[in-house]
Amino acid sequence: MSEKVLMKGNEAIAEAAIMAGCRHYFGYPITPQTEIAAYMSKRMPKIGGVFLQAESEIAAVNMVIGAAAAGKRAMTSSSSPGISLKSEGLSYMAGCDLPALIVNVQRGGPGLGGIQPSQSDYYQATRGSGHGDYHLIVLAPDSVQEMADLTFKGFDLAEEYRMPCMMLADGTLGQMMEPVSLDMGDVKKHDKPWALTGTEMKRPHNIVNSLALEPQQLEQWNIERFKRYDVLKKEAMAETYRMEDAEYCIVAFGIAARISKNAVNALREKGIKAGLIRPITLYPFPEEVIREATGRCKAFLSVELSMGQMIDDVKLASDCRRPVHLCSRTGGMIPTPDEVVAAIMKIAEGGNN
Amino acid sequence: MVVFEKPKALTDTPFHYCPGCTHGIVHRLVAEAIDELGIEGNTIGVAPVGCAVFAYNYFACDMIEAAHGRAPAVATGLKRADGSKIVFTYQGDGDLASIGTAETVHAAARGENITIIFINNAIYGMTGGQMAPTSLPGQITQTSPYGRDVETVGYPVKIAEMLSTLDGAGYIERVAVNNVKNVRNAKKAIKKAFQNQVEGKGFSLVEVVSTCPTNWGLTPEKALEWLEENMIPYYPLGVYKDKFADKEETK
Repeated sequence: MSEKVLMKGNEAIAEAAIMAGCRHYFGYPITPQTEIAAYMSKRMPKIGGVFLQAESEIAAVNMVIGAAAAGKRAMTSSSSPGISLKSEGLSYMAGCDLPALIVNVQRGGPGLGGIQPSQSDYYQATRGSGHGDYHLIVLAPDSVQEMADLTFKGFDLAEEYRMPCMMLADGTLGQMMEPVSLDMGDVKKHDKPWALTGTEMKRPHNIVNSLALEPQQLEQWNIERFKRYDVLKKEAMAETYRMEDAEYCIVAFGIAARISKNAVNALREKGIKAGLIRPITLYPFPEEVIREATGRCKAFLSVELSMGQMIDDVKLASDCRRPVHLCSRTGGMIPTPDEVVAAIMKIAEGGNN
Repeated sequence: MVVFEKPKALTDTPFHYCPGCTHGIVHRLVAEAIDELGIEGNTIGVAPVGCAVFAYNYFACDMIEAAHGRAPAVATGLKRADGSKIVFTYQGDGDLASIGTAETVHAAARGENITIIFINNAIYGMTGGQMAPTSLPGQITQTSPYGRDVETVGYPVKIAEMLSTLDGAGYIERVAVNNVKNVRNAKKAIKKAFQNQVEGKGFSLVEVVSTCPTNWGLTPEKALEWLEENMIPYYPLGVYKDKFADKEETK
């Protein structure tokens, strides 16, 4: 069934999660992601699934922990201020090596901020968000189709690497409608010998836990977890656009990448060799693709809906061997293709600095 | 002839609890209830943050260690994931009645079919004896060195009374473990709280008035006396709600 249907980004996430076998959704209302909960509340009871509106974001993420610990595919969704509240649970989830999907349809911050689109939770998502040594898998879609595809893939990655996976979307993607194919393929089955399913008096008890009072043990757990993060690096994904001969490399994810694509085309028409690298995984960050471009490009431009957060990772991946500039709007404002074009023109005119 | 046996639902791991602490008694009562109902292989326990944090090492069933106060939400996730499992939480007063008040109240309001064992010893034990939401008026603790002043820090939270006002709560009883008679009653209540869940009846919580000799600064024996003279008058024992019994009576 490769037929396409017109769906909102938020709804595509919800339906793709169901197709991925998720039958446990726990959430709390917050704009601009509420369509996910609304969709789940309609669909789940009809397919024998669980939709539960929790008393708080904190309770919702802990319900996900319970369902994930029981071996089920579980998810929650929220928007920026709600993700801050869930971050305690994300740290525990990482510490307990539990897989689950967490969707952040970002809005502007800090504090209560606004309800317009933003990418200013990049640091929060890629640096773990809660306390302690850990990472989340972070996926950044740029279309309704990719919101569906990455939701499906996100559950697989989470289970394969036994870690929470975050979909880092934004209010634009969540709210916009596009044709989407929900032909997702087969759901991969992962063994979960660690799950809390009852001993049935046939095996020693399973314990899901993140506490280790012995520092040697806690260090060992963290080292082992980071070894898994090393393996995870091979899952890094990025799209490159007109990069073959690009002298000026724009790096942008999500909705900023779509704007930047238009800017690349406009720049090419002006005879300026611009290209785009669009990270699809933000953790692991597609360092290789950036590193490879570093040798060929004169400068990078990070285009973001924040005061500049991903720019740090571009600098790290390129070892600062080329200037890395920033073109950004924040607080719910979105840069226009013209603003991106102007930023590249300024760099081109100003030489390599 | 069998004189004494450890319940099967307890592992061989030695308890880390202080001498005279009543956690040991309550662990045993929970394990006995699990044994008698024959549910160990089908039960999942949720440990709190607090003195009972290592409960996951002591109970032989599958266990998870929750974040501070979040046990009822974790238990909700477990129960909703597989309704055939018996899910219980074991929480202290800081965990359940302070940082986890919302999770407790809403699990009860939803009538979540889980069992909660709530240890009320009027103090934060693990962190060294700070004032708890259930510390008594005038009670001296590390963070109320001049005694709990209700004018500035307010009054203790009476969980059994409060939860019994909720339509969703099924069975709420307060017991104590300070003497043989009360321990027997506590056992009955705890077993009933599990039995209710086995029968699919709904939310059951047993508040167990307990001691903390170490942080109360009393010998185990004096602590039991202090419990009887101070705790029980403020936290009267008894059944606060039994929706399930009412149903049967009206049949």
